[in-house]
Amino acid sequence: MQNLLSLLSNALCRITGRTAGAQTVSELLIGLSEYVSLTSPSAPDLAQTQRLPPKPPPVVALRASAALLASTSLAAAAARVVASRSSTDLTPQVTLDIKKCDLHCLEEGPPVKATLTREQGLQYYRTMQTVRRMELKADQLYKQKIIRGFCHLYDGQEACAAGVEAAITPSDHVITAYRAHAYTYTRGVAVKEILCELTGRRGGVSKGKGGSMHMYAPRFYGGNGIVGAQVPLGAGIALACQYQGNNQLCVTLYGDGAANQGQLFEAFNMAALWKLPCVFICENNQYSMGMSTERASASTDYYKRGDYIPGLRVDGMDVLCVREAVKFAADFCRAGKGPIVMELQTYRYHGHSMSDPGVSYRSREEVQEVRSKNDPIALLKEQMLSNNMASVEELKELDVTIRKEVEEAARFATADPEPPLDDMCNHIFKNDPPLEVRGTNPWSRLRSVS
Amino acid sequence: MLAPPSHRRKDRFKMALSMKSVLRSGRNAVSILRRRAFHRSAPAAAQVTVRDALNQALDEELERDERVFLLGEEVAQYDGAYKVSRGLWKKYGDKRIIDTPISEMGFTGIAVGAAMVSVSLYKPDDFHLTRKLSAQRETIFFIFYFFQAGLRPICEFMTFNFSMQAIDQVINSAAKTYYMSAGLQAVPIVFRGPNGASAGVAAQHSQCFAAWYAHCPGLKVVSPWNSEDAKGLLKSAIRDDNPVVFLENELMYGVPFEMSDEAQSKDFTVPIGKAKVERQGTHVTLVSHSRYVGHCLDAAAVLAKEGIECEVINLRTIRPMDVESIEASVMKTNHLVTVEGGWPQFGVGAEICARIMEGPAFNYLDAPATRVTGVDIPMPYAKILEDNSVPQIKDIIFSIKKTLNM
Repeated sequence: MQNLLSLLSNALCRITGRTAGAQTVSELLIGLSEYVSLTSPSAPDLAQTQRLPPKPPPVVALRASAALLASTSLAAAAARVVASRSSTDLTPQVTLDIKKCDLHCLEEGPPVKATLTREQGLQYYRTMQTVRRMELKADQLYKQKIIRGFCHLYDGQEACAAGVEAAITPSDHVITAYRAHAYTYTRGVAVKEILCELTGRRGGVSKGKGGSMHMYAPRFYGGNGIVGAQVPLGAGIALACQYQGNNQLCVTLYGDGAANQGQLFEAFNMAALWKLPCVFICENNQYSMGMSTERASASTDYYKRGDYIPGLRVDGMDVLCVREAVKFAADFCRAGKGPIVMELQTYRYHGHSMSDPGVSYRSREEVQEVRSKNDPIALLKEQMLSNNMASVEELKELDVTIRKEVEEAARFATADPEPPLDDMCNHIFKNDPPLEVRGTNPWSRLRSVS
Repeated sequence: MLAPPSHRRKDRFKMALSMKSVLRSGRNAVSILRRRAFHRSAPAAAQVTVRDALNQALDEELERDERVFLLGEEVAQYDGAYKVSRGLWKKYGDKRIIDTPISEMGFTGIAVGAAMVSVSLYKPDDFHLTRKLSAQRETIFFIFYFFQAGLRPICEFMTFNFSMQAIDQVINSAAKTYYMSAGLQAVPIVFRGPNGASAGVAAQHSQCFAAWYAHCPGLKVVSPWNSEDAKGLLKSAIRDDNPVVFLENELMYGVPFEMSDEAQSKDFTVPIGKAKVERQGTHVTLVSHSRYVGHCLDAAAVLAKEGIECEVINLRTIRPMDVESIEASVMKTNHLVTVEGGWPQFGVGAEICARIMEGPAFNYLDAPATRVTGVDIPMPYAKILEDNSVPQIKDIIFSIKKTLNM
């Protein structure tokens, strides 16, 4: 218990920046309570940029995650909701009609109405806008050759990441493919660390050793470079959830290209056989590299590809649609009914990666059309403005704040030094005594610690 | 098949332990008693086959740690394609011993994914910026860390030839992940199964993968020879927090070896990364792994009659290789012969020779090192061809004499 206490208080010291450790349980609770009410992922900026006690944010919501903490005795006294300080004539909550999902092997689908509160709207907006700005910043840095290698950008698909995160809890698991920056962010990694990893600096989430496709966080298993390999991994994570009986599930994402990989069907088979709590989500952005869905797939109904596994086809440009569908799928899995396959119909504005201009296999007009008619952020903005849930100025201010934050993160990512050469051989094995690693020549004997 | 009542204190103690586990898992009483009699009731140094040693290791580790589970084709109801997992399904049930469909890539990926659900502790860094998650995440993470353990899967390949279909998951998803995540994501998994030549199974079922897997950083590759190796190394592999490729040998499964009392205890492990000198000698160092250690010992016995004393080193671990033991031996004997079943090019023997050249032992060599390997062809089927495709004792003797210039 003493060790537990000291470890927890150490964690809190790092979070809060205070030098004294918690001496009593009540001090610990007070320290913890300041953080329970923060929303994620806006919290990272607060935690990093100051070593002062945090100021309460203007708009705070009690998220599902905080509710989870509230259920443990440690956080019981700490949960609080701060009422919105916006003007009284803004709508606090609205119920919107959303598109009906196409169903496969399902009697009923997700609801056709979604409730959106002002706080949720602002949060989704913030998440999507941060992802958008982060990806555009990455594009800029890549063109300046500050980022190198692979860089697969997610702009256009933000509603998928935001919707998925809104529908699951922080204790659930997520694994995706290489277009992973958005999920790295929604799973709790700060923009600063994502950009730092992209620029290959020591402040990166993988200390510069992973790169764009290999970023990890608790309950987020990357970032996987091999197309389709993450799908059996995701089924395995779901197996672990089932094994431990913890009512968690794994959201396993893949693209329309990976949908043709054999290992997917192997994973589907075992997931269905063993009723694994796995939500398989195909982010169909219409192109796998340069192959449009019609050119690559004999069947473009990706939601039916699970055959005996129930499927849903969802409008991936509407964050509420995605949220409701993933919630439906999560409930399905948690009820022990087995896996479910979802297809999110979405679109990417950029090419496959930074080395692809993205116009040799599709027309600029097509991209423009989606941008103007179907942009996920514009859609949410329109929904909020037309229902009087936020003012234009407020959203504009939010845009400016986010732009500044991303700018600051990029500045940091560019200035941060590269990883030291001493670190090059570390992290080969876990919990092993230090070992010797052969360098480029027989006299170069390098050292690796766990 | 119950053993006669034993009056030795140790056996009574073991019987008490067995009774305790019988009481805990009543319906498995019969199989436990039967198994106990099969393995543990004989006095002192028992004759235990490699298969039974592996079975013991699996049983003990499954019992010791709730997170350990076995998955693979036919491991459960069939009792294992080579009966290595006999009795385990009856004892531990569907949750811990999982039969999979014939989908190597799929189930290997699933095994690796299950191993990934092991949360690495966030260590404060020496570097100026620690990785920081949102405060909320970090708090949740710390709370959950203490209340949730990851899993420790054992992924069985019916033979390692089939692991080729899943090799992407072994290398890219398992081996490299701890490095790519800079220590955030560990993968404590064991991949095991028979490796190398069998009898009459021809080209597609006879390949040795030691060199293939040992090539990759991030993996530990282990190749036991006798029962003690098999049991101790498998236990170490399961307890290791890293991906371990455990290369068994089908022809060794049925071979009995004497196992000391100590080796039969539940906490007996053999450290990974340490070779063992099976036979002391002065004239030549023979380095081998798996089945060919036995061949080396046989060759050494024949040569002893001619006055040539061979030192036989059982590598036990291919990666990380215990080069120090080989060097120490070569500095004593001045001659080196490596013996393996795999193909010569880019193989285990090639690596040993290169390492000796790069180290202090080179100056002690009185002759170039010799590699005795499998013939550089796909494995043929006909018995006479197959027999001549792998190192025989006469080949080892011949090579030793050539190396000693006799």
